[in-house]
Amino acid sequence: MTENRPSPDQLLERVQREEQKARRGKLKLFFGACAGVGKTFAMLSAAHMLKQQGMDVVVGLVETHGRVDTAGLLEGLEILPPKKTEYRGKQLTEFDLDAALARKPAVLIVDELAHSNVAGSRHAKRWQDVQELLDAGVDVLTTVNVQHLESLNDIVGQITGIRVWETIPDTVFDHADEVTVVDLPADELLQRLKEGKVYIPDQAERAIQNFFRKGNLIALRELALRRTADRVDAQMREYREDKSIRGMWQAKERLLVCVGPGPDAEKLIRSAARLAGNLHADWIAAYVETPRLQRLRQETRDRILQTLRLAQELGAETTTMTGEDVASTLFSYARSRNVSKLVVGKTSRRGWRRRFTVPLAEELSLMASDVDVYVVGHGAAGRAAPAEEAVEFRGPEFGEKRRSRRQGYLVAIAICALGTAVAAHLATYLELTNIIMLYLLSVMLVAFRYGRGPAILSSVLSVAAFDFFFVPPKFTFAVSDTQYILTFAVMLAVALVISQLTANMRYQARVATLRERRAKALYEMARELGAALQPEQILEIANRHLQGVFLAETAILLPDLSEKIGLPQPREGQPPRAMALDTAIAQWVFDHQQPAGFGTNTLSGSSTYYLPLKAPIRPRGVLALAPSNPRLVFVPEQHRLLETFAAQIALALERVHFVEVAQGALLKIESERLRNSLLTAISHDLRTPLTALVGLASTLETDANLPEHSRRELAEAMHEQAVRMSNLVNNLLDMARLQSGEVQLNRQWHVLEEIVGSALRSLRHTTANHVIKVSLTSSLPLIYVDSALIERVLCNLIENATKYTPPGSQIRIGAETLERELRVTITDNGPGLSPDMIDTVFDKFTRGQKESATPGVGLGLAICKAIVQAHRGRIWAENTNEGGARFTFTLPLLEPPLIREPNEPVAESADRPAHGQ
Amino acid sequence: MTPHQPVAIVVEDEKQIRRFLRTSLEAEGFVVHEAETGKQALIEAATRKPDLLILDLGLPDMDGLDVIRDIRSWTALPIIVLSARTRESEKIDALDAGADDYLTKPFGVGELMARVRVALRRRASAGTAGQEIREFRFGDVRVDLINRQIYRAEQQIHLTAIEYRLLTVLIRNAGRVLTHRQLLKEVWGPPHVEDSHYLRTYMAHLRQKLEADPAQPRYLITETGVGYRLVE
Repeated sequence: MTENRPSPDQLLERVQREEQKARRGKLKLFFGACAGVGKTFAMLSAAHMLKQQGMDVVVGLVETHGRVDTAGLLEGLEILPPKKTEYRGKQLTEFDLDAALARKPAVLIVDELAHSNVAGSRHAKRWQDVQELLDAGVDVLTTVNVQHLESLNDIVGQITGIRVWETIPDTVFDHADEVTVVDLPADELLQRLKEGKVYIPDQAERAIQNFFRKGNLIALRELALRRTADRVDAQMREYREDKSIRGMWQAKERLLVCVGPGPDAEKLIRSAARLAGNLHADWIAAYVETPRLQRLRQETRDRILQTLRLAQELGAETTTMTGEDVASTLFSYARSRNVSKLVVGKTSRRGWRRRFTVPLAEELSLMASDVDVYVVGHGAAGRAAPAEEAVEFRGPEFGEKRRSRRQGYLVAIAICALGTAVAAHLATYLELTNIIMLYLLSVMLVAFRYGRGPAILSSVLSVAAFDFFFVPPKFTFAVSDTQYILTFAVMLAVALVISQLTANMRYQARVATLRERRAKALYEMARELGAALQPEQILEIANRHLQGVFLAETAILLPDLSEKIGLPQPREGQPPRAMALDTAIAQWVFDHQQPAGFGTNTLSGSSTYYLPLKAPIRPRGVLALAPSNPRLVFVPEQHRLLETFAAQIALALERVHFVEVAQGALLKIESERLRNSLLTAISHDLRTPLTALVGLASTLETDANLPEHSRRELAEAMHEQAVRMSNLVNNLLDMARLQSGEVQLNRQWHVLEEIVGSALRSLRHTTANHVIKVSLTSSLPLIYVDSALIERVLCNLIENATKYTPPGSQIRIGAETLERELRVTITDNGPGLSPDMIDTVFDKFTRGQKESATPGVGLGLAICKAIVQAHRGRIWAENTNEGGARFTFTLPLLEPPLIREPNEPVAESADRPAHGQ
Repeated sequence: MTPHQPVAIVVEDEKQIRRFLRTSLEAEGFVVHEAETGKQALIEAATRKPDLLILDLGLPDMDGLDVIRDIRSWTALPIIVLSARTRESEKIDALDAGADDYLTKPFGVGELMARVRVALRRRASAGTAGQEIREFRFGDVRVDLINRQIYRAEQQIHLTAIEYRLLTVLIRNAGRVLTHRQLLKEVWGPPHVEDSHYLRTYMAHLRQKLEADPAQPRYLITETGVGYRLVE
């Protein structure tokens, strides 16, 4: 029984699909066989009906082509003004996507879904604009013709002889919520055409006239109706699946199409797409790169890339594999993906090659007897160029240059000459057979070092030289013994085979090296990223590796808290960025999780390629890449590497993010703990003087008969307690101010001696029982500091020293300059710090003895640390050899301003007239 | 009772502080009038013929600086401002606006009375204008202002022209705080009012020449963040 029900996974998938649909806007297509059937008219009629129902209907863009009845229908509808753009001096109007998104109506009317946007628009195609509108929750009504469907594009082209370049992916059509066929019999259409009711652009009139032949129109109409029937059929099937009407629960079909380098690959892909569509199967387009294919000309490789991209647009999953043998690689992949059908193109070899090679289809069907193999025939264009246009690969990654190839040929000639010279010397001792061996050796050396071309040259030269110099009669190409003809033939054959094999081996080694290099690059970045703890580190590592591997200028753009992508901060000492970064594109990439910019369909006018950094939980940023050589980025294997890099970077960013979250939680706990100890400390330190004050004051108040000197003593004690509280409050306020970041350093040029002086002056009562020794040389440079804050540091350190040393102890204040910093020390000869205090003494609420009568909550040193750090200095504590404590802080030394020495005579010269008299 | 009792006006919105100031000043023989707001202060100052004004800068109704400027527009009456710690710029603004001195809260009676005495004496000497100080002494330093000679423990000290000019400005304002701006303007001239490092460097030279321990000066006192004061 349960077998008849959909599996939980399928149900879930359907629920998710429906949820997504509910959030998305609905797409309604008006579908016609060709221009002139009245799609726009039908669409506008529908729009009026919706408006009558009270819907918010807005016209985004409609081409009336001057037809009165259509234009009439526009009346009463709100129309968005089109965007005007300048392109090559021409004023062009275009659908304004941003205005539509900003207006956000319930229903938007956009004509001509297959339209290509003006260069410089956000998307290359209008259907992409529509996707974005749907994502934003706007319902869209639009029109499309059958010839604009990607998978039918070539069929329409074959029927009508006119190829249309503006296409939409079939998935858009298939996923549309509603498709309304606007149908018109061929005769009526022709009648309308005669009446001039069909818009035809002037410049293409003749071609269009050919297009509108009755036979064409009938075929197109059939195509349109059939395609719609397919869709209805699929809907029906889905409905039946929903209701579990289907008797048997089949595993979904999966189709694998093998893309080759040939020009008919595109046709193969389209056929596969149609087949997959008919079978309702998932499909995969695979390209197997063999060492031979890696030597293909760059244009051919680019074409493969384009083919794969086309497959992707048609809804395929694409993959690139490398392998020695196409058939076995494909086969094992097919097995791993549970593929039920394989689609391959017909092998286009002719002539003698045919007899020696087994066609791929045959090879595959031999291997996989349980898999259906479909062979697709060639189109008219198939014969244009054979697959065998392989020439020596000179991709940039091999670093091979023309120069080294020419050098190869020269060396081949040189080695051949050298071999001949050596053999000539040894000719008297050697048999001719051994001389042949010498030549073969030189051919192999050339092949190994310089590849196939020079090796072939070397083979031919060797045979010629052998004939000329060693085979009697010598010094002519004539041969006395006909047996030698065979020798030559075999020698040439052997030499060619050797050169071929050696060159192949060499290529494979190179391919392997490259593959290893990529793996290594990835491994190295992953390893470094693993150790990174901060986003800045990740960015630095990622940029460094990306730039090295892809020879591109890179930048990683991260979102801020409100998910807005910002430009990365240029670091100090870095040259200004040459690449143009567009945060708008980056934001789009981040929001839509799709690559954009250079080399893509979206905003391809940009010179920078933007790639989303997708991590498992959520997107983490955008990678921007301005490649110096686009091939280094868009060749399949490099592109896959780039995607892996991006994934690694995103993962690392996510990991660091969660580390930060965890640290934040820890910090919270820590600050909670601090707050508790602060409360404890403050309540102790405030309550003590308060208790004393209350007690002392009430004594004065109640006891009227106190002798005068007792009154004075009580008052003095009250004064002392109040000052103590005042100091405590000062410290608390300072700390709060410093921590809130409210303090702005008022930095000026100061003399250290002066700051020390005013610190000592304000502490003159506190230090009365200690011996203060100041040793500052008069040659100390000016320091650029906030004097009030540095005075606080000195006060707190000196006060601290008086607190923790017995009366009579010595406190020494000294300073010295070290390279680019001034080092100030406060040393006492007291008991010193206990070892565990040395590290924690600058933490808040730390003090020498717990719960001692010594006043202060232990904020003093924490304030010192905050102030010194704000000045970019350091502060630390240690014990001296004599046992006392030493506190040291440093201040960075800057270039002081000049002081102009006036050239006035000194004042005390008595011969000057008396002042003011 | 003296024939003329000096009159003081205390402008402060905090009752307890007014009370403490009144008690202290009355003990010194002042007649004290109190004001809680800036407007009241202006009325009191105009009607009581005061000899001293003590002004809290944080007033409820108007900026203390405006009170100073207003009063300074018609009288040279000594003004001592009260200000909180860490508000150095406020003190400087008050001094530059014409206040004579300042006190940082909290302060004791001793400090208050010392400032009051200096302010009143300056008022008195200003009354006898034209009488130049001929000689000035602090510690073991004797400055002969007529012959422009400086002696320390009767040893002649050589000062540069700038150092001497700086010293005389301080002497003329002895006991009173002078802001960096005021000193720079007096000694180096108006274009140099922002070059406080000049002042600091020359002040260090003066201390080295005139103080027993330049790091713990007794006479050439730094008022952190505000300026300098020569005390006797």
